[in-house]
Amino acid sequence: MSEMNEVRKPPVATTGIIGWLRINLFFNWTNSLITLFVVYCLYQFIPWILDWTIFSADFKYNYLGEQITNQEMCSRNLDPENGGACWAVIYVRFYQFIYGFYPKVEVWRVNLAYIMLAFALLPLLYTKLPYRKYFLYFTYIFPVIAYFLLNGGLGFTEVSTNKWGGLLVTLVLGCTGIALAFPIGIMLALGRRSKLPVISMMCTLFIEFIRGVPLITLLFFGMVMLPLFLPEGIDMDGLVRVLVAVTLFQSAYMAEVIRGGLQAIPPGQYEAAKSLGMSYWRMNLLIILPQAIRISIPPIVNTSIGLFKDTTLVIIVGILDLLGIGRGTLADTNWLGLSYEIYFFVSLVFFIFTFGMSRYSLYLEKKLKTGINMGAD
Amino acid sequence: MRSNLGFFSDEKFRSIFFQTLVVGLFALGLFFVITTTSYNLEKRNIATGWSFLQNPAGFDISFSPFLEFKSTDTHLKVYFVGVLNTLLVSVTGCIAATILGFILGIVRLSSNWLLSRLVYIYVEFSRNVPLLLQIILWYSILIQLPRVKQSLQVLDVFYISNRGLYSPRPIFESGFSYVSIAIVLALISSFLINRWAKKRQDKTGQQFPVFSSSIGLIFIVPLILFFILGSPLSFEHPELKGFNFKGGLVIRPEFIAMFLALSIYTAAFISEIVRAGIMSVSKGQREASAAIGLKQTWIMRLIIIPQALRVIVPPLTSQYLNLTKNSSLGIAVGYADLVHGFGGISLNQTGQAIECMAIVMATYLSISLTISFFMNIYNRSIQFKEK
Repeated sequence: MSEMNEVRKPPVATTGIIGWLRINLFFNWTNSLITLFVVYCLYQFIPWILDWTIFSADFKYNYLGEQITNQEMCSRNLDPENGGACWAVIYVRFYQFIYGFYPKVEVWRVNLAYIMLAFALLPLLYTKLPYRKYFLYFTYIFPVIAYFLLNGGLGFTEVSTNKWGGLLVTLVLGCTGIALAFPIGIMLALGRRSKLPVISMMCTLFIEFIRGVPLITLLFFGMVMLPLFLPEGIDMDGLVRVLVAVTLFQSAYMAEVIRGGLQAIPPGQYEAAKSLGMSYWRMNLLIILPQAIRISIPPIVNTSIGLFKDTTLVIIVGILDLLGIGRGTLADTNWLGLSYEIYFFVSLVFFIFTFGMSRYSLYLEKKLKTGINMGAD
Repeated sequence: MRSNLGFFSDEKFRSIFFQTLVVGLFALGLFFVITTTSYNLEKRNIATGWSFLQNPAGFDISFSPFLEFKSTDTHLKVYFVGVLNTLLVSVTGCIAATILGFILGIVRLSSNWLLSRLVYIYVEFSRNVPLLLQIILWYSILIQLPRVKQSLQVLDVFYISNRGLYSPRPIFESGFSYVSIAIVLALISSFLINRWAKKRQDKTGQQFPVFSSSIGLIFIVPLILFFILGSPLSFEHPELKGFNFKGGLVIRPEFIAMFLALSIYTAAFISEIVRAGIMSVSKGQREASAAIGLKQTWIMRLIIIPQALRVIVPPLTSQYLNLTKNSSLGIAVGYADLVHGFGGISLNQTGQAIECMAIVMATYLSISLTISFFMNIYNRSIQFKEK
C-alpha cells in the first residue's frame, strides 16, 4: 500500500531546463530544425552587430588614440578593415541633439525644465505616490513655469523658438500636444454624443475630417494657410503654428478614444445621476467622465505613443526636432556618411520613450483588468 | 434654484438657444476668416480660382510609371500623377503588409519559443521607431548601393544600383489582349463556381474541388491560349549605355524605400492584430475540431481563421487607412506622390495654397472613405449571420 501512496516524480524530460528546452525548442523534428536554423543565424548576426556597435566602435578616440573631430578621423574611414561604428559624432554633437541651438549660458533652464517635467509626470504615472495631491498642484502649474523658463520673460532673457531643437522640441511638441489635446478631446467626445443635433454633427464632421487626412497636410495647413487666415500684425511663431496643427490632429484621435470609454459606461450610471437631479455638466464631471477616462487610459497612452512618433513629421516643415538635428548633422561635411550611427542613435532615443510608454500602458491594462468593477450587471 | 430662471430652464428652449448660439458663433468666425483671408491674398498678389490647374507645371517628375509626364504638362496632370503614385504605394504596401503581418502573427504564436521571441523583438522595434525615420533609413541604405556601373546583377536580368531596380519591361503584342480577357473571364467564372459549390454543399453536403478547379481556370487556360496565339509577349531588357541604363522597367529607390518602410512598419501592427484575433478564438473550438478528426491545417483554415477574421477585420481596416495616410511621408525622400508633387511643388510654384491643400485634403478624404466603404462591406460579409 505504501508504494501506491508514494508520489511518482514526473519524467525528467518534462521538467527543469531539459524539459523546458524539449517543449519549447525541440518539440518535434521540424521544430528542432527551425531552432537550429535560428540559432545559426543569430550566431552569425549577434557577434557582428556587437562588434560593430561596441567592440570595434570609436566612442571618443579613434584606434590611433586621437580625439575624433570629423568623419575622416573615424577608425573605419582611416582603415576600413579596422573599425565599426563611429559614435564620436553623437559625442561631439550631443549638445545639439538634446538642446538644439539653445544658448549655452542659459542651458540650465532647459535642464531645470527637464527635471521639473519628471516631477510633474510622477503623480500622473504613479497613483500611489505619497502626498500625490500636492504633486498634482505642481503638475497643473508646470506648463506655465515651463513656458517662462524655456521661452523667457519674468526676468529670464528671451530665447526665441528657432534656437530650440533636438530632444527639447520633440518633448515640447509631444507633451504640449498631448496635454492640450486631452481637454479638447473630451469636449469633442461629449459633443459628438450630445443630443443636440447641430453640435453633434459639427463635432462628428470635425473628428472625421481630421482623421481622414494625413498629419502632414495639417502641418502644411498650419505653416502655409494659417498665416493667411489671421489678420495682419498677428505673426505666429513657427513652433506655435506646428503645435496648433499637432493639437488639432491629436484631439480628434483623443476624442474617439474617449468616446469609446463613454460608450462603455452602462446607461444605469446616467439614469442614476439624473435621478439625483444632477445637471448635464455635474453628471459628466462627477459621474461619467471619471469612469470613462479611467477605462480609456490604456488607449489614450497608445494614441499618445503615436503622436510622439508623429512629431518627427515637423522636420518636413523645417523644424529641427531630434531627427531634424540628425539630418542636419549628416548634411555637415564634417560628418558626411555617418547616417547609420546617427539614425541608430535617434531610433534608440525614440525607442526608449515609446517602449517605456507602451510598457506603462500594458501595466495599466493589467491593473484595470484586476482592479475595477464597472458596476454593470 | 433653477426655477427662477423661468423659461431658461425649459429644456426645449435651451437646446434651441445653445444650438443657435453655436451656429451663430461659427458663422461669425467663418465670416471673419474669409474676409481676412481675401484681404491677405489681395495684398500678397496671390491669384484665386482654379485656372492654375491648366497652366504648365514647368518641372519634371522622375517617377511616373502610369502616365508619361513632361515639364510642359499641366498642374492638373501633376495631380493625377500624384494620385496614381499615392495609390500605387498604398495598394502594394497594403498587400505586402497584410501577407507579412499574417505570417508574422501566426509565427508569433508558434510553439517554438525562439522563433516567437524573434518576431516579438521585430514587432517591438518596428512599431516603436517613428515611420518617418524608417523611411529615411531605408532610403539612405538604398542610395548607398553600388553605382550603376557596378550594379549588382540578380538572375542575369535584374540590376540593382543606387538609381533603383532595373528589370525587363514586358511588351504586350497584339494577341495578348485575348489572354488578358481570358484571365478576367477565368476569375469571374471561378468566383461563380465558388458560390455555386458553397450553395450545393449547404444543400447536399457534397464538396466540389473549388481550389484546384479555380487554379486550373485562372492559370492553365490562359497559358494554353498564350501558346496557341504564339507567345504574344516579349521583354525589353535594360542595357548599360554611358552612365545609365536604357530601356527596361525602372523602379526608383524612393518607391522601394517607401514600399519597404510602409509595409514593414504596418506589418508589425497587423501581426499583433492577427495574433489577438487568433487568440480570441476559444481553445474549445480547436479541441472540438481536433476531436472530430480534422487535420491541423484544416483546423486553421476552416475553424480558426474564419472566426478570427471577425475580430481582425475592423482594426485591419484602420491599419489600411493609416498606411494610405502615411504614404504622404514620401515627401521626405522625394517620392512624387500627391503631397509632394501637387501639394508641395505645384503649391510652391503657383502660391495657391488654399486651393492646392483643399484638393489634397479632399482627395485623401475620398480615398479614406472609399477604403472604409469596401472594408465595411467585407466586414459585414464575414460577421455572424442569423440563419
